[in-house]
Amino acid sequence: MSLVDSSDTCTLPKLLARNARQWPAEPAIREKNRGIWQTYGWADYHAQVRDFALGLAALGFKRGEKLTVVGDNRPRLYVAQLAAAALGGYSVPVYQDSIATELVYVLNHAEVSVVVAEDQEQVDKILSLRDQLPNLRWIIYDDQRGMLGYAGMAIVKSFPDVEEAGRAFARQNAGYFEAALVQGQPDDVAMIAYTSGTTGTPKGVMLSHRNMISISESFVAAEGITRGDNWLAYLPMAWVGDTTFSVGVGLVAGITANCPESPETVQRDLRELGPSGLVAPPRIWENMLTSIQVRAADASPMKRWVYETFRAVAEQVELLRSEGREVPFGRRLAYALGEVLVYGPVRDQLGLRNTRTCYTGGAPLGPDNFRFFRSLGINLKQVYGATEASALIAVQPDGEANPDTVGRTLPGVQVRVDARGEVQVCGDNVFKGYYKQDDVTRDTLTADGWLKTGDAGFVDPQGHVAIIDRAKDVGKLADGTPFAPQFVENKLKFSPYIREAVAFGDQRPFVAAMVSIDINTVGNWAERNDLAYTSYLDLTRKAEVARLVLGEIDKCNAGLPEAARVRRFLLLNKELDADDAEMTRTRKVRRRFVAEKYAAVVEAFYGAAKAVEVTMEITFEDGRKSTLTSTIDIHDIPGADALRAAA
Amino acid sequence: MSAAESLADRGAAAPILTVQGVSKKFGGVTAVQDVSLEVPDGAIVSVIGPNGAGKTSLLNMVSGFYRPDSGAIALDGNDITSLRPSQIAARGVARTFQNIALFSGLTVLDNLMLGRHVHMRSGVLASALYWGPARKEEIAHRARCEEIIEFLKLQDLRKQQTGALSYGLRKRVELGRALALEPKVLLLDEPMGGMNQDEKEDMARYVLDVNIERNVTVVLIEHDMGVVMDISDRVVVLDRGRRIGTGTPDEVQRNPDVIQAYLGTAKGGGQA
Repeated sequence: MSLVDSSDTCTLPKLLARNARQWPAEPAIREKNRGIWQTYGWADYHAQVRDFALGLAALGFKRGEKLTVVGDNRPRLYVAQLAAAALGGYSVPVYQDSIATELVYVLNHAEVSVVVAEDQEQVDKILSLRDQLPNLRWIIYDDQRGMLGYAGMAIVKSFPDVEEAGRAFARQNAGYFEAALVQGQPDDVAMIAYTSGTTGTPKGVMLSHRNMISISESFVAAEGITRGDNWLAYLPMAWVGDTTFSVGVGLVAGITANCPESPETVQRDLRELGPSGLVAPPRIWENMLTSIQVRAADASPMKRWVYETFRAVAEQVELLRSEGREVPFGRRLAYALGEVLVYGPVRDQLGLRNTRTCYTGGAPLGPDNFRFFRSLGINLKQVYGATEASALIAVQPDGEANPDTVGRTLPGVQVRVDARGEVQVCGDNVFKGYYKQDDVTRDTLTADGWLKTGDAGFVDPQGHVAIIDRAKDVGKLADGTPFAPQFVENKLKFSPYIREAVAFGDQRPFVAAMVSIDINTVGNWAERNDLAYTSYLDLTRKAEVARLVLGEIDKCNAGLPEAARVRRFLLLNKELDADDAEMTRTRKVRRRFVAEKYAAVVEAFYGAAKAVEVTMEITFEDGRKSTLTSTIDIHDIPGADALRAAA
Repeated sequence: MSAAESLADRGAAAPILTVQGVSKKFGGVTAVQDVSLEVPDGAIVSVIGPNGAGKTSLLNMVSGFYRPDSGAIALDGNDITSLRPSQIAARGVARTFQNIALFSGLTVLDNLMLGRHVHMRSGVLASALYWGPARKEEIAHRARCEEIIEFLKLQDLRKQQTGALSYGLRKRVELGRALALEPKVLLLDEPMGGMNQDEKEDMARYVLDVNIERNVTVVLIEHDMGVVMDISDRVVVLDRGRRIGTGTPDEVQRNPDVIQAYLGTAKGGGQA
């Protein structure tokens, strides 16, 4: 029987009440305060939610109202979300680095009346937009720092003040909280998650308690998550996955959500905690890989030799294992030695020593990166999901991890592929619709209620779902060869020097790529090679850097089919940025937008030009804009000229 | 910002620091000549002036690095003119330096802990054994340092050697080191020098927060007029060792002597 079938556990706040009864003193949530981890038990967590909910009630927060949290992952922001849900309100988390226009759009579209902000910076941001936010009634802040000057503002309140008001409210309205809690039904909307959307304006995905609880139950059952496990709550709160893992899975299984001290300390906090599981988008795995590669390159020759040798051993062993073949005794012995000398210490450095399961999802992770982590003994598996499917659809069971699929559907979730190759999903995890956008909802669901994911894929004979690319991105080269840009980009991104790549080729004679270099690794490389540089822009214009990247692309090309090889490339003079709308807030490239914005570049790729002048608009964090004009060189990959001439 | 609103009463508060007619000569060069100023308790007072005006020398006399040739300096009504720098620090005057004075081989945390030296009571032996009261003391001091780390958002840098940090960050660590002393008066010598716009805005914010939340009186030397005019309650202008103007930022900006010192004499204009 599912938790949603019992009236005692059918909503997230009811589950919290259950946990507070069953395991009052066990750790529910942790944060670091002044360098020391502070733990709150389930009873504590519940009491905070109750007090804050009553405080909201005292401020006039009613059923169906919306509350937004904005900030890094902090226990109080989770408390606020659950408090809103306890009163029958919706939580509408937004990205902490959203620029003004995005915030105004979401807060107005969702008619948000209460914003709970992490700190003074976020409060300032909301206050500066106050004139444009007619529905906003209260701004509540968590961190006291820098807030003394706001004491006189009627709409600004501190978190403890609201809790205190809640306790006063409770003395006059005994039983109010319990009564509000009982009213909660599984099909009430718990949150509206605005998808940053790789296309167009954000859409508000309405997810019910049933959605969140049932998918969490499935995940817990399938992955053997047990009470007392530690997870790190560090992914953006506005991303649905954070709610699913830190709130949904946390409440269902009774695991502890650990909030890092600050976004900059995640790596160190991870190491201190040694969590039992970790979910990370490919970007973070890529960063980890890069940091390992850089540190290896900086090490003494002896250490470097040890690292390279055992890394090669690990790769061979992993390859044999993934093909299901016997690992020869000698290799096994070498691997055991490597475990002591290299793999164990590296896992420890990454903070992944105690992890039973690690996940990558949200976008594809290059197969080489994937194998790299698995070869080090990290149980990295692919997950697949969508905001409209409560973050999770499929996951690779232990022992069936491979870079080419995204695993089996979770219990209670079904997948089918339509005639055009689009993956469709059905189950309790499928959302209730887009908020105030019924026409879009109708387009996204099939006549029989299945969710169209927009991903092109297939189900392999083993029963695994495999995703090729976004359905609308898969194209063909001029000669008819199928072309999936992501496939090429992921190959390129395996290079530590390449941070982001955008490949073009649909309806074109050959593949070309815009490359954005990684300032850290390329900068480091430049220093080691006595190459003076001043800025990102300066680096991208160096012939030496172009040669370095050319070498990297050459290596990638070797692993690509003849037709899909990159023939021309250029180095972008700035990093792709979410503030410029070139990426989503979850850092996926908005391919169409980029193709339009850099139309001149794309044309130049397929013309004879050796350089192209680009004018681009740069948006600063506070919304100001400026333009940057510069000439970017286009580089040919040697040996490609003949092909281009032929084309 | 409340700084502007409360300006009237803040300017009127009793002075915590009084400098009376101090002068300092180096050989034949007069660095500071007969300068007086009063720093009201809880205010931000900026000292501005062209290069070589004597700003840093004035600060050096307040903190005890130089002894004035004449004149007197009083803190909270007590004369401190002839005290040693360590004695002045122990009375609650902390400072940062134009050219950053940190132990570059030590971590951020250790630099802050050093800043608490004046508050440490345990002897060498007890500290070395890390036992009993010495241990308790160390923990209490660490807690205060952690407070400052949080205040200045240095969490990710605690265990980093300061020598490896960027210039802007080192300036912030230096502010932290000064704060660790728990000063009543904080002397900041060009805290924003050599910083980019972003770092300057951050630092201005920290100076305001230090002033308002930690209730520390601030004496600021700074070249960035935008910052000075934005955050100061009072401004003192020096030129060639003399005080040529004082008042609220508005008053100072209108003062003809000040305009002349900064922009030079208008053609045909008389000497003030």
